[in-house]
Amino acid sequence: MEIINFTPYSALIGGALIGLSAAVLLLFKGRIAGISGIAGGVILPEKGDIPWRILFLVGLVLGGLLYQLLGISPSVENIQPVTGKIGLIAAGLLVGIGSALGTGCTSGHGICGLARRSFRSLIATLTFMLTAMITVFIVRHLVGGA
Amino acid sequence: MNVKSLLIALISGTLFGLGLSVAQMIDPAKVVNFLDITGSWDPSLAFVMAGALAVNIVATPMILKRKNPVCDTIFRTPLKEQIDRRLLIGAALFGVGWGIAGYCPGPMITSVSFVSSDILIVLTAYIVGTLLTRLWMRMQESHLSEQERQAQSCIV
Repeated sequence: MEIINFTPYSALIGGALIGLSAAVLLLFKGRIAGISGIAGGVILPEKGDIPWRILFLVGLVLGGLLYQLLGISPSVENIQPVTGKIGLIAAGLLVGIGSALGTGCTSGHGICGLARRSFRSLIATLTFMLTAMITVFIVRHLVGGA
Repeated sequence: MNVKSLLIALISGTLFGLGLSVAQMIDPAKVVNFLDITGSWDPSLAFVMAGALAVNIVATPMILKRKNPVCDTIFRTPLKEQIDRRLLIGAALFGVGWGIAGYCPGPMITSVSFVSSDILIVLTAYIVGTLLTRLWMRMQESHLSEQERQAQSCIV
C-alpha cells in the first residue's frame, strides 16, 4: 500500500461544511440531511412536502457552481469517470436501489445517523464501506490487474 | 408553505454542495482511491467524514434537546432502530454501486453543476433505480395500516 494525493485540510474543511449543512437543516427544519432520502421524496413523491426537497437539491447544484465561481482548486475540468458507460449505468442503478432499500446513503447513515448514535446507521455504514472496498479490490486488482 | 423554511433548505443544500466540492468528493477517482485500501490509498475521505462528524456529534444531541425545530413543529428523525434484511441488502448493493463508479447520491447531484454526458448517465440510472425500488416498497407496504407504516418508516 502507498498513500497518494492525500489532502487532509480541504477534506476537513469540506467535511465541516457538510456537517454545518446537516446541523442547519436539523435545527431549523427538523430534517435529516440524507441526500438519498431527500431526493427519493422527489423521485417518488410522498404527500405534500416536495418544495423544500427541490430547493435543497437545487442548493446542491448551486454549491457546485459556487465552488467553480470562486475558482477554488483543483478545477472540475480534470474530473474523469473511473468506469465506462455500462459501469455508470450499473453503478447508478445499484446506488439507487441500494439507498432506497437501505433507507440511506453516505450522508444519511454515514454522517447524520452516526451523529445520532443510531446502531442501524452504524451497521449500514460498515456494510456499504465493506462492499465498496471489496468491489474496488475486485474491479482494480482482480479484473483490471492494476 | 413557509418561505423561511424553504430558504433554509436552499442554504443547507448549498453548504452541502460546496462542502462536497471543497472535499473533492465530486471527483470519483478520489473516492475510489479512498476505497482502494490494498492499492494506492488516499485517506482523505476519512477526514471528510471526521470533519462532518466532529460538527454533528456535538451539534445533533444539542439540537435534538429542543422541543421543536426553529421553523417547524416536529423533528422528523428516523423511528426505526432494528436491523433487518432490507437494510443489510440495501447497504451492500449501495456499496457495490459506489465502488464501481465512485458516485454516491450527493456528489452525483452536485456534479450537475459541470454537467457531462457521463454524469447524466449515472444520474438517470440512479433515478430509475430509486423510482422502481420505492414503487416496489410502496406496493409491499400498501396493506399495512397507517400506524404500522409509520413504525416502518425511516428517513422521509
